[in-house]
Amino acid sequence: MNLLLVDDEADLVSALAERLSLRGIEADFATDGDAAADKVRARAYDVAVLDMKMPGLSGLDLKQKLQRLRPGLRFIFMTGHGSEEDFRAGSSEAAGYLVKPVRIEDLIAAVNQALAAGPG
Amino acid sequence: MGLFDRLRPAFWNGAVKGGPYRSLFNYRRLWRLSVALLAAVSVTPLCIMTVIDYGVTKRAVTQENLHRTAITTSNTRRTLSYFLDERLAALNFAAREESYAALARPERLAGLLADLKAAFGGFMDLGVIDDAGRQAAYVGPYDLLGIDYSSQEWFKRTVESGYCISDVFLGFRNVPHLVVSVRANRPEGGFFVLRAAVDTQRINDILAGLDLSGSGDAFLVNHAGILQTMSRSHGSVLERLALPVPARAERTEVYGTGDGENSLIIGYAYLEGTPLVLMVVKRQAELMQPWYALRLDLVGFLGGSVLAILVVILGVATFMVEKIFVADQTRVTTLHQMEHTNRMASIGRLAAGVAHEINNPLAVINEQAGLLKDLAVLAKAPPPPERLSGIVDTILASVERAGAITKRLLSFARHQDVHIEPVNVGKAAGEVLGFLAKEAEYRRIAVAVEAPDDLPAIESDRGKIQQILLNLVNNAFQAMDDGGRLVLRVFAPDPDCVAISVADNGCGIPAADVKRIFEPFFSTKKKKGGTGLGLSITYGLVQELGGDLAVESELGKGSTFTVTLPLVKGAACEPSARG
Repeated sequence: MNLLLVDDEADLVSALAERLSLRGIEADFATDGDAAADKVRARAYDVAVLDMKMPGLSGLDLKQKLQRLRPGLRFIFMTGHGSEEDFRAGSSEAAGYLVKPVRIEDLIAAVNQALAAGPG
Repeated sequence: MGLFDRLRPAFWNGAVKGGPYRSLFNYRRLWRLSVALLAAVSVTPLCIMTVIDYGVTKRAVTQENLHRTAITTSNTRRTLSYFLDERLAALNFAAREESYAALARPERLAGLLADLKAAFGGFMDLGVIDDAGRQAAYVGPYDLLGIDYSSQEWFKRTVESGYCISDVFLGFRNVPHLVVSVRANRPEGGFFVLRAAVDTQRINDILAGLDLSGSGDAFLVNHAGILQTMSRSHGSVLERLALPVPARAERTEVYGTGDGENSLIIGYAYLEGTPLVLMVVKRQAELMQPWYALRLDLVGFLGGSVLAILVVILGVATFMVEKIFVADQTRVTTLHQMEHTNRMASIGRLAAGVAHEINNPLAVINEQAGLLKDLAVLAKAPPPPERLSGIVDTILASVERAGAITKRLLSFARHQDVHIEPVNVGKAAGEVLGFLAKEAEYRRIAVAVEAPDDLPAIESDRGKIQQILLNLVNNAFQAMDDGGRLVLRVFAPDPDCVAISVADNGCGIPAADVKRIFEPFFSTKKKKGGTGLGLSITYGLVQELGGDLAVESELGKGSTFTVTLPLVKGAACEPSARG
């Protein structure tokens, strides 16, 4: 299982990636849209976990971009905002929608659910 | 408690409630002004009308008095002229009807006198004088037979002009009398004069019978100013009249003389063909009696009216100012509540953004702490101490980040009451932008603050300035699409002021709306949930700080709102200063 974590908070994604690897889940991370796109081009990930709000490219826009690069990639959104608007967009566009701060167990459960649901 | 204290309206001492709008108006001044204005516009015309009416009525009464005097004088002149002419005509008739010889006979002359007395009356005696001036025949109460009249004035005039009406004189009989005489030619040549003394009592009766008000006086004088008849208050017969004899006039004349208590109205007429002048003298003061009564009524009416008007004006002005005062007080309270609501709404709006902002460091803490635990529980080898210390440092940095956000929010919410302190406008702008930095970042809005360091701090209310800027910046954000540009510029338009302009490159405001944007409940964002109170409240806040809020906008190009604030609250500031 390969995960890509994208969030502008480097301290968050790096720690999360390490925690996931400690649990045997291989996770890469990127802190902006361009780096994420590069990584997606280079490697086939099963699930991408995206922050909804990032400077420049928003989570939704990034999702479109990554989907074009690798159709079949599954997405989970993470957000610190939790607004109604965000929730509607995030939950309809992605396999999972999580509000920060996220418990790692919830994230793993969401990833597993996304994988079980099949390609997005 | 004095009477005034009980009557004193509520607005007299200004607002009871405190608050920033306390001195909205000076109600006492408003009240004074309205009382003065109302009194001026209602009492002045009344006074002017009264003065005009006073003058007109006085003139009318005076004219009426002059007119009445003229009529009395004229009528009396006619009566007297007729009386004398009638006597003269009768004498003339007798002199032509009878021969000198017949008249020279005392019996015939006595008969004639008896006839004249019976037919006309007013004759006292009758005499026939020959052309030498000697009285040839006489009937009457005096012994005047044979007296030589050739040197008498009246005889000379009779001889000269055929008749004479003399003035009153003593003559040979030494009794004041008036003579009427005619000259008649004798068929055999020469002439004789028929002369009669007229009973002056008849003239006195005519004059006494006049209806003259009060101490009015009517009498005859001759051209030399010697009284010819009795007068009530201007002397006796043959005494000199104290008043000057009026100048000769063809018709009846009237004039006023003297002033004050002693002023007189004098009517006079020269009796044609006689040396006599009729004078009617009345006292002005007596004639003006009705006028004095009228004047009292007039002044009384004026005083009463003015009093009534003043009472009504005082009542109405007090009532109206009281109503305005109550309405203003309600408005002040509402404004205050509105401002508070706006503030709370701002905080509410901020809360969503703030929650997101706090969530980010919390999420970092969450992951870092989780990692710490994972390293302890799941890692095969214990992590080196530097690694642990690095993780803790990251956690502490995130805590500090979250703390800064909550502190900022608290500092904004705390400023409820007016608190004047030195405020650096550039710094305040930075604080406000702190709330919106993330939103700007996400929406790729470039925010620039141009605040020179050398600008002075202003004495003002930090909370209100924050609120003003937050409202303006929020508005700018709403006006702009993603990727817009916002420039906040702090500058000093003049040495007494500091201004800050908030310029966006958003949608702009239609020219027709620019004038109305500060009106309460005017909103261009009604559909998007705008209340239409934001700018109105912002405007109110700026006014409250003694400043000015100006706007320049171009549709499609953006808007610039400029807040100009005085260095010291309450000081004057050029309101036209623009960014």
